Amino acid sequence: MTVDAPVTNDATSGTDHLLVVDDVRTHFRTSRGLVRAVDGVSFTLDGGRTLGIVGESGSGKTVLSRSIMGLLPKRHTETPTGQVLFKGNDLRAAPRKELQRIWGCDVAVVFQDPMTSLNPVMKIGKQMTESMRHHLHISQSEANVRAVELLRSVDINEPDRRLEQYPHQLSGGMRQRVTIAMALGCSPELLIADEPTTALDVTVQAQILDLLQAQQRQRNMAMIIVTHDLGVVAGRTDEIMVMYAGQVVEKAPTRELFTRVRMPYTEALLQSIPRIEDNVDTRLKVIPGRPPDLTSPPKGCRFAPRCSYTQTKCLEEPPPLVSEGDHQYRCWFPIGTSLEVDPPTRRDGALAPGVVATAGTVTTGGAD
Amino acid sequence: MAGTGDAHLRNGDADVLLKVSDLVMEFPVGEGRKVHAVSGISFDLIRGETLGLVGESGSGKSTTGRAVMQLPSPTSGSVMFEGRELTELSNDEMRRMRPRVQMIFQDPVSSLNPRRRVSDIVAEPLRVLKGRKGVSADKVAEVLDAVGLDVNKVGERRPHEFSGGQCQRISIARSLVLDPELLICDEPVSALDVSVQAQILNLLKDAKERYGLTMVFIAHDLGVVKNISNRVAVMYLGKLCEVGEAGALYNSPAHPYTAALLESVPVPDPDIRPAEREVLTTEIPSPMSPPSGCRFRTRCPHAAEICATEEPQLRAVGPDQFVACHFPLQPVPVSVS
Ligand SMILES: Nc1ncnc2c1ncn2[C@@H]1O[C@H](COP(=O)(O)OP(=O)(O)OP(=O)(O)O)[C@@H](O)[C@H]1O
Ligand SMILES: Nc1ncnc2c1ncn2[C@@H]1O[C@H](COP(=O)(O)OP(=O)(O)OP(=O)(O)O)[C@@H](O)[C@H]1O
Ligand code: SF4
Ligand code: SF4
Ligand SMILES: [Mg+2]
Ligand SMILES: [Mg+2]
Repeated sequence: MTVDAPVTNDATSGTDHLLVVDDVRTHFRTSRGLVRAVDGVSFTLDGGRTLGIVGESGSGKTVLSRSIMGLLPKRHTETPTGQVLFKGNDLRAAPRKELQRIWGCDVAVVFQDPMTSLNPVMKIGKQMTESMRHHLHISQSEANVRAVELLRSVDINEPDRRLEQYPHQLSGGMRQRVTIAMALGCSPELLIADEPTTALDVTVQAQILDLLQAQQRQRNMAMIIVTHDLGVVAGRTDEIMVMYAGQVVEKAPTRELFTRVRMPYTEALLQSIPRIEDNVDTRLKVIPGRPPDLTSPPKGCRFAPRCSYTQTKCLEEPPPLVSEGDHQYRCWFPIGTSLEVDPPTRRDGALAPGVVATAGTVTTGGAD
Repeated sequence: MAGTGDAHLRNGDADVLLKVSDLVMEFPVGEGRKVHAVSGISFDLIRGETLGLVGESGSGKSTTGRAVMQLPSPTSGSVMFEGRELTELSNDEMRRMRPRVQMIFQDPVSSLNPRRRVSDIVAEPLRVLKGRKGVSADKVAEVLDAVGLDVNKVGERRPHEFSGGQCQRISIARSLVLDPELLICDEPVSALDVSVQAQILNLLKDAKERYGLTMVFIAHDLGVVKNISNRVAVMYLGKLCEVGEAGALYNSPAHPYTAALLESVPVPDPDIRPAEREVLTTEIPSPMSPPSGCRFRTRCPHAAEICATEEPQLRAVGPDQFVACHFPLQPVPVSVS
């Protein structure tokens, strides 16, 4: 397949998308300088579709989700640029009142730590019914009935009794179920789940992910799952978007992404997951170093200092996001194309010559 | 005896570094009630081996790890380390013993003192044990090097300047500074993202090689455990379900709980539709009143009457694979008693 010249994004074309994110930039003013946490991200999501957003810690996933929700700290945030259209309405320009109607109602969110959305000193029942009464204008008794139904739908046993309990009386997995039930309270059209299972153990993680998937299908709602683990979204999403250093570096329908990885970063992320089928004591292929400091990202490809395919061009010119059908990637030498770098000129586990990986604030040198 | 058997323990010829027998740990929680966190488990470790300890949250993994270190001393049972019974040592003797067994924890950031410099943090165990003069700058530099950090670049800095992965490196360096024999790693990578997790797993393997360590590696993710363990022990609600050589246990799990745990591991393959797998749907019961007989029976798809009345004992299903189940998923060879 040929690789086209840089394509301008098509995010704004067509108005029937549920969500349009167009060239969103979210920058923070800090003492170290301007942190470019999200640096020109565009994508669209249609009703009933699921998108996985994947990347290492610090790649900008949460800031992007919060930018979509309009939930950013005012103080140190530069005036946001770009557009976020939900059903054609610009969320960023919407008056606060309008936003409040949309939040928690048309668009709901589930965070990594359930206690972000739960009030520790309020009974589960009260927390659930308050927002429903507020958004749906229903009576207390109607809200109670609905709360019990919702708790049952997220597989919580003895739902009536749970309404009388406080968050601390529930296990971590159960608390996350409650926040999901709350998020579903007003039948949202879009659910954003930011690392909903990262704090939970594997069995509970599988349960919660299955639950989200079942609810998504039943309600035909659109869903964005944010995670650092490609394994979490592999069988559960229509599309996956990989982020690195505040930018989209690869996006494709899920199967396409796994069968035809183009971006070296995505390949490296996949290789760093320990596999059950590997022999004991298999040495994992690691990505050396850490993501760059977002106050001064590398001038060429942002992944170049850690990439095992880096060429001189990568260090000098930033690669544009190009499209090959519905597969987008940001690399000069995409894997599996005629442009791929020949094996002899690859390097393994070491940092590119002449570049230092900034690991947090520390330079460790060598294979990190 | 409350134990789940000892068929899986190795015989006297093996160079056994640690042998835990019938370990029980109960926590009183008032009104005469108690949490049965660990209820009679036995395991051993041969010098140089890594034992993976897996199970859901609340299965008693951390409690077991801490009990080996006598933090606190177990309710009953024996902990033999290098031929000495740790549960019978006086406080003074235990203090002298402690450097031989070190532990690292899940949350690297909060386990480091934020006000101290990295080189002091790493040197602290030396200072506590041998006094100020006992601190060897060379040793500190050496263990930092073993975790991929350069003392000249990081020594003067403080923990808040580091990422979570680097804080975990620092805490591993600190655990190595006293040349321990046994390292107990309690979920050292659970809080880290996949790329940092891979870095730390490789680093632990290198450190193990370099210092000839014996390790207990606690985690809830079976993929992570397999990558680093020779042998794996699966825990459920304070009991051992299955113990065995890692390859055997993963290829042919014999306990329904092991099989369920394997099903829960997220697989980076879009062709495996997670919703079609048989995962555990209910939650782990309260350790205050664990089920009678087999503790897994309330969630087990194969449970029968006998499972409620008789506790299954560990027995061999392979050369180095042992299972505590009345109806194991692998056949029990007749010749093995
Ligand atoms: N309010 C803020 N002020 C300054 N910098 C910020 C702020 N919020 C986030 N950042 C920075 O923006 C970058 C992206 O952060 P973000 O939380 O979006 O990453 P993430 O991909 O969600 O990572 P994780 O997997 O750790 O949740 C980070 O470098 C972070 O330090
Ligand atoms: N000091 C204590 N007092 C009372 N109960 C305790 C105490 N320590 C642990 N427990 C209980 O003992 C059980 C086992 O806990 P433990 O921390 O060992 O589990 P774990 O397998 O390490 O779980 P996790 O994966 O969540 O770390 C839990 O039910 C826990 O609540
Ligand atoms: S542009 Fe170059 S450095 Fe960047 S990912 Fe592609 S090959 Fe690697
Ligand atoms: S003993 Fe019975 S309940 Fe326990 S795991 Fe085996 S079959 Fe299931
Ligand atoms: Mg985040
Ligand atoms: Mg624990």
